[in-house]
Amino acid sequence: MPAIEPELQALKDNLLDMLSLVRNQMVKCKDAIRKNDLSLAAEVLEDEKKVNVQELAIDRDCENILALFTPVATDLRLVLATLKITNDLERIGDNAKSLAKFLINNKNDYPREWLGTFKLEAMLDVLISMLKDMGEALRESDTKLARKTTKRDEFLNDYNKKAMKTTAELMKDYPGDAKILLNLFSITRNLERAGDLTKNIGEEIVFHIEAKVVKHRKDQQ
Amino acid sequence: MKHIEAKNVNVYYGDNHVLKDITLSIKENTVTAFIGPSGCGKSTFLRTLNRMNDYIESFRKKGKVYIDGKEIYDKKVRVEELRRQVGMVFQKPNPFPKSIFENVAYGLKIHGITNKKEIEETVEKSLKQSALWGEVKDILNKPALSLSGGQQQRLCIARTLAVKPTIILMDEPASALDPISTAKIEELISELKEKYTIVIVTHNMQQAARVSDRTAFFYLGDLVEYEKTSELFTNPRHKQTENYITGRFG
Repeated sequence: MPAIEPELQALKDNLLDMLSLVRNQMVKCKDAIRKNDLSLAAEVLEDEKKVNVQELAIDRDCENILALFTPVATDLRLVLATLKITNDLERIGDNAKSLAKFLINNKNDYPREWLGTFKLEAMLDVLISMLKDMGEALRESDTKLARKTTKRDEFLNDYNKKAMKTTAELMKDYPGDAKILLNLFSITRNLERAGDLTKNIGEEIVFHIEAKVVKHRKDQQ
Repeated sequence: MKHIEAKNVNVYYGDNHVLKDITLSIKENTVTAFIGPSGCGKSTFLRTLNRMNDYIESFRKKGKVYIDGKEIYDKKVRVEELRRQVGMVFQKPNPFPKSIFENVAYGLKIHGITNKKEIEETVEKSLKQSALWGEVKDILNKPALSLSGGQQQRLCIARTLAVKPTIILMDEPASALDPISTAKIEELISELKEKYTIVIVTHNMQQAARVSDRTAFFYLGDLVEYEKTSELFTNPRHKQTENYITGRFG
């Protein structure tokens, strides 16, 4: 077994741990809404520190592997993909944090049914399942699953579009709540953005396994 | 005379089929690296390009090797002239037990050049081209064997350049050298490519990646993959190539 093998395996394991941690932040956000339990939202904020520590550790491991093992081909692509995926995960974690903060800071400022109106739980469900499948795709080097999963980002785009309409309508009926409605809309935007970042992860998995760059297709011509 | 074309080259040492139907084309003014595990045929193929294998009794060859359109195994080809045009640098620096100056001048004298001024000018030019002049210009009469390994290798390159080749074959030219001497040889290869076509056999894959434009991967006598170096080291087309360059061979 080449000396780089255990290093790459450890790198992949740590990346999967980080992915799992971020996914768990989304699960906690969903449960915080569903159970109306703000202690879970507080946990999401705490977890963010762990995510940041993980990101730094993985980046350092990537740097070491590049410097000490000079990887090529699929090994090099794994390291490059990992560097990008950690960055994506960290930003997805930031989006979970924004949602958790919103729940904590505005708990008495809006009717709870608005969380349902803005379909936050449904959006979180899509994100959680996307992150789960991306973890599976990475673990099993399954690019078919990665490709299939990236497509679910469209659901989040649709929710976000509808949220804009919802915001506009509610602002007419509740002009005094404009600020909180804009905050809610910005949460849906964050979740939609988290979907884009999850899609990026799928693209990085395809790059790692197949050496194909699937992003910015039109600009590649 | 710089462009190399091999067509269906098969080489045998007795019953041993060491090169199998190799077809490959090397453009002029490029650096091409041959990589592969020991015994894969890369050095044999390199030596086929200036008929160095002719000395091996059991050597047999089928297929054609063209340099600038001429078949180099044609009966009319003078082997000495071929080797002047297709110079070779070996793994271990092999200067003659003569002075630095004499080492570089030797090939010129063999080829009948007697004009002292012309010899002096060519020696200086060759040593400058091989990035050694600055280090030896004041000690040209000292024995070549008193130089360091890295300097001796650059002297051997100067000796090759002196007879004005168009193609330079290098068989593991830096494998016996320390990292600084290796870096100098690699830098030199990049400079020489402007005027010469260079083919290098190396076991050091990072070296192949650093210096060459195209890389050929040989395995058990087959040419498995021949690609742009940047492509071969990032996205090899064959699993065997990937396994070799990532160290997962066998």
